[in-house]
Amino acid sequence: MLEILENNWLLFLVGQYPHGPIGGLTMTLFMAATALALCFPFAIALALARLSPYRWLRLPATAIVHAVRGLPLIMFIFWTYFVSPLVIGRAVGGVETLIIALVVYEAAYLSEIIRAGIEGLPAGQVEAAKSLGLRYWPTTFKVVLPQALHNMLPSMVSQFVSTIKETSLGYVISAHEVTFAASQVNNVLLTQPFEVYGILALTYFVLCFALTSLARFIERRTSSGRGGAPGVIVAA
Amino acid sequence: MGYVFDLRGVLSGQYLDWFVIGVATTLALTCVAWCLAMAMGIILTLIRMIPLPPLGWFVALYVEYHRNVPLLVQILIWYFGVPSLLPRPARQWINAHHGEFLLAAIALGLASAAYIAEDIRSGIRSIPKAQYEAARSIGFGYLGAMGYVVLPQAMRIAIPPLINQTLLLFKNTSLAMAIGVGELTYRTREVESYTFKTFEAFAVATVIYLLISFGIMALGSYSDRRLKLETR
Repeated sequence: MLEILENNWLLFLVGQYPHGPIGGLTMTLFMAATALALCFPFAIALALARLSPYRWLRLPATAIVHAVRGLPLIMFIFWTYFVSPLVIGRAVGGVETLIIALVVYEAAYLSEIIRAGIEGLPAGQVEAAKSLGLRYWPTTFKVVLPQALHNMLPSMVSQFVSTIKETSLGYVISAHEVTFAASQVNNVLLTQPFEVYGILALTYFVLCFALTSLARFIERRTSSGRGGAPGVIVAA
Repeated sequence: MGYVFDLRGVLSGQYLDWFVIGVATTLALTCVAWCLAMAMGIILTLIRMIPLPPLGWFVALYVEYHRNVPLLVQILIWYFGVPSLLPRPARQWINAHHGEFLLAAIALGLASAAYIAEDIRSGIRSIPKAQYEAARSIGFGYLGAMGYVVLPQAMRIAIPPLINQTLLLFKNTSLAMAIGVGELTYRTREVESYTFKTFEAFAVATVIYLLISFGIMALGSYSDRRLKLETR
C-alpha cells in the first residue's frame, strides 16, 4: 500500500498535471467548492420563493425542489451532458458538466437548509424590522439572512462534505478528479485493486471526517452563544 | 431544429423490454439492499446498546466510514477490491453468477445501515429516560421495558427518517451502473446508444425515477403526519 502511494501520490493529488489536465484531489476540491459557491444564489432564491406568500412563486419552487430530490444525481449528470452542448453551442468537458449538474442538484438541497434556517428564526426579528419601517428586501438581506446563514454554518459545512463525495461521480463521465485518478492507477497496476481503492477511501475519509468534525465543533460553539462575523459563511 | 421528440422509438419492442428489466433490477436491488440495511442497522444499534466501550467504538467507526467515504468508492471497493482478497473458487463463482448485483447490494446495504443505525439510535434517545425507569419500577425487566415501552415509541419516531433513507437507497441504486449492474440507468444508456434517441430514453428514465420517488415521498409525509408523537 505504501509503495503504491509512494509511486502515485502526485497522480492522486493533481492528476496528470503538468503533462495533462489538472485532476486528482485538487480538482475534487475545486469542483466541490465551485459548485457550492455557484449554487448559493439559486439556493437563496429557491428558499425565499418557497417561503413567499405568493402561490405563483411558491408552487413552482416547491415543485423544483421535490423533483430534484426525487432524482438520482447521475440523471442530472447525463442530462447536463446531453443538453448543455445544445445550449452553449460547443462540446462541454467532464469537469464543466459535473459542476453544472452539481449546482442544480445542490441548490435544491441547500435551499431546504436555508429555508429551515429562516423558519428557525424567531418571528419577532421580522416583526421588529417591519416596525422599524424596513421593507421586504432590507428585512430579508439585513436582518433575516445574515442571522439564518450564521446559524446554518454547520449544515453548510456538511453540505460541502456531501458535495465532495458527489464529485466522485466524475468517474462515470471521465472527469479528471481523484476517483478517476485512482481508477487510472488501478488500470496500470491491475493486481492490487483493494489497496488502490483503499487509499482512495482513506483520502476521502480523512478529508470528510475532518470537515464533519469541524461542523460538529462549530455547532457546539454556535449553539452556546452567537457571535462572530456572519461573513465567514460564504467562504465555507 | 429538426428534432422530433418521439417516444414510440424507445417504448416499443426490445427497448421497452430493456426498460422493464431495468426497473425490475432497480427495484430488486433496492429490496435486497434494504433488507440487508435494516438487519445490519438493527444489529449495529443492538451492539451499541451493550455497555462495552470497544463495541461502541466499532459501531462509531463503522458509521463514520460509511458516512465519509463516497458511496461510489465503497461500491468500487466491493466490486474490484474485495473479490481480489477472496480465494480463487469464490472469485470464479462471483464472475459466473452476476456477482456485480450481489456486490452492489452489499455495498448499498451496508452503507445504508450506517444511516439507519443512526436513525434508530436517535429515535431511542428521544424517548425520555423516565419512560424506561417508570416501566422498570412497575415491574418490567430490561427486555420488557424496552420491548413494550421504549421501542414502540422510538420506532414511531424513527419511521419517517427510515422512509427517507429508503428514498435515498432507491436513488443510490443508480450508482450500481458504474460496475455494470443492468439497472434502470444502465439500461437507459443502452437504449440510448442503440437508438440514438437520447432525450426520449432519458425522459422515460427520469419519469420512472420521479414516479417511484414521489410514491416513497408520499408514504414518508403520510407516516410523518400519522405517527407524530405529542411530545409534551
